[in-house]
Amino acid sequence: METRVIEMAKKHILAATTGAAAALALAACTGGAGGAAAGGDGIEGEPSGEITVITQRTDLVDTVFQDYKEQFEKEYPDVTVSFESMTDYEGEIAVRMNTQDYGDVLLIPNSVTPDKLGTFFEPLGGVEELGEKYALLEEEAYEGQAYGIPITVNTQGIVYNKKVWADAGLTDWPTTPDELLDDLRAIKDKTDAVPYYTNYADGWPLSQWDGNRGALGDPAYANEHIAYTDTPWAPGEWHHISDGLLFDIVAGGLSEEDPTTTNWEESKTLLGTGKVGTMLLGSWAITQMQQAAEDAGGSADDIGYMPFPYQVDGTFHAQVAGDYKNAINVHSEHKAAAWAWVEWFAEESGYAYDEGGLSPLVDGPTPETLAGFTDAGVELVALDPAPSGKEAYEANVVSESEVDLYGNIYRQELVDVARGAKDGDKESFFASLNERWAKARAAVG
Amino acid sequence: MVATTTARPAAALVAPSGGARSHQGWRVTPWLFLLVPVALLVTFTYVPVANMVWYSFTDWDGLDPVMNPVGLANYARIFGDPAYFQVFLVSLYYLAGAAVQLVLALYFATVLSFNTRFRNVFKGLIFFPYLINGVAIGLVFLYFFRPGGTLDALLALVGVDAPAQWLGDPSVINVSLAATSVWRFMGLNFVLFLGAIQSIPTELYEAAELDGATSWHKFRYIILPGIKKIVGLSAILAVSGSLSVFEIPYIMTGGANGSATFVIQTVQAAFTHHNFGLASAMGVLLLVIVLVITWIQRRFVPDEKVDLT
Repeated sequence: METRVIEMAKKHILAATTGAAAALALAACTGGAGGAAAGGDGIEGEPSGEITVITQRTDLVDTVFQDYKEQFEKEYPDVTVSFESMTDYEGEIAVRMNTQDYGDVLLIPNSVTPDKLGTFFEPLGGVEELGEKYALLEEEAYEGQAYGIPITVNTQGIVYNKKVWADAGLTDWPTTPDELLDDLRAIKDKTDAVPYYTNYADGWPLSQWDGNRGALGDPAYANEHIAYTDTPWAPGEWHHISDGLLFDIVAGGLSEEDPTTTNWEESKTLLGTGKVGTMLLGSWAITQMQQAAEDAGGSADDIGYMPFPYQVDGTFHAQVAGDYKNAINVHSEHKAAAWAWVEWFAEESGYAYDEGGLSPLVDGPTPETLAGFTDAGVELVALDPAPSGKEAYEANVVSESEVDLYGNIYRQELVDVARGAKDGDKESFFASLNERWAKARAAVG
Repeated sequence: MVATTTARPAAALVAPSGGARSHQGWRVTPWLFLLVPVALLVTFTYVPVANMVWYSFTDWDGLDPVMNPVGLANYARIFGDPAYFQVFLVSLYYLAGAAVQLVLALYFATVLSFNTRFRNVFKGLIFFPYLINGVAIGLVFLYFFRPGGTLDALLALVGVDAPAQWLGDPSVINVSLAATSVWRFMGLNFVLFLGAIQSIPTELYEAAELDGATSWHKFRYIILPGIKKIVGLSAILAVSGSLSVFEIPYIMTGGANGSATFVIQTVQAAFTHHNFGLASAMGVLLLVIVLVITWIQRRFVPDEKVDLT
């Protein structure tokens, strides 16, 4: 009896572990990739019916979003809104989008290339015409049609603790990467704070380093460099400047002692209480840091925000880019109601302002958190969209090379090399990145 | 599990039927019993695996409605780049960990199968980690291993002032993670071994004692042969498990700092780099490797009837 049970268990467990482990991870999450049969009427018409809105804000869905629902339903009595929230938005929504059932309003995931927008989303109108009202539509547009409205607009820079910087005797913002390194050294020498915190373990904060391309002040940069060169890590190129700065910070011992055990939630408190001096993050982080500072008994005024340390002709430039964009499921049966929500969210909800972001409206208000930028004359730069036919080119090179510009894997390697945990130095690591990049460009064609 | 167990009695019903040929119903019955489990098995195991094999010959990005067949290009890429195979070196740490785990589990199972004081408490303590959710374990051990964390505090008590960076040092990180894995899974092996040991008839020990056997003799000549099958099974699971380690390193480090395993690399290929085709090929490859290892193991350790009497 004993042996028979064991025998059966053995057979089963083998089948389960080998088959299921691999299958569940990959294959199980794919129905037939859905086709593009549009359902329902267009976005014109009387808003009515029940709509499902999918959001990535698991932290707000039961509080702030419930208020939105109440206000919206008061204005549109025929519409009922329900929410669905996802913790791992990018991963979960991609699986859902293989079916036709992915809510009525959702955020366009980063993995959708522009040429596929029409397969999944309802066109909202011409970029020109709609662009008189909403900003940055060209980020999710194809052939002149806009597919999404930004939920908020972020700029990029460095969030820092003003007290720590003042204690180190620093008053001015650094204007070059070398000046920033000097400042961080001063913090290390004169205070007890960790000058810079990489947030290596959570990974995604490292991806923020890619968001500062606009610091060069050239809106056309990404259409002439990066994917259009074999050597984005050669001296003078943006990724040499930005990744090189990260490398020098870590190599100079100016970051946390053991990056592998960092913790994002904890890092907010560390910055808020002055145990950490500086972190490179998008402007969306300012309000979260202020909150953390207040929760820890400090003041929101301790949190400052400076542009990336790079000037062109004596002027700072900061990149602005839309956050996720609200879009309408092409299979939705209540497109008019969905469109009403998308418009209301951008114009009435106040989401962007409350989050400390710039408004998705062309003439919307600038948040108080970015007052310092305005005073210092920082120029905001929105990058040009990729030329027609090349929209997916950079993303394809990134996928092919497995150098995840928008992710954290290669930047974690960079930190490892910089702190001596991995063989190589700055030159050899950048050379290997260039090599992988050139090879991928050749393969993509 | 349900699938096979319900199927067996049905088959047994038919087996002795020599004269039941006139009853047509008897022939259909076992197939009816099989229908549900087979349908489940096909739907949830074989169809997805077949899908995965198909994706592995395409350039699918996980979202595109169109999948272009690319032949063996994905496989060629894996075999053409040593970086994809280097991660199997990481598996060696977990394999060594698995060996330690089996020996410890066998030791504790043997000791606790005799009349030890507080044996039920110890049984509970050893099995307990297996019941904890893997994510919770990952988080607990992150705090345990961080600089100035629990482990460092304990070491400071015994006078170690400058301990290693348990996760920060690339030469230590995989040992730390493998140790976490041992801590978590030893309880499972322990329970399997204990169950098998307790099914050995007690008369055998009494007879052996009369013949003057020591504890070691009893272990070597009664217990070990008695539970050979379950030890063999645990060994296969240990090997395939160490090739497909995922949960603990993924939660604790995300595969950073040289702790990436083959499965982590596969997940990154699929969900970070959007190369589902390539990731599927890696999945197929892992499946084949595990099947081959199992086959080799079965060749060298054939199924024998255990006979203690």
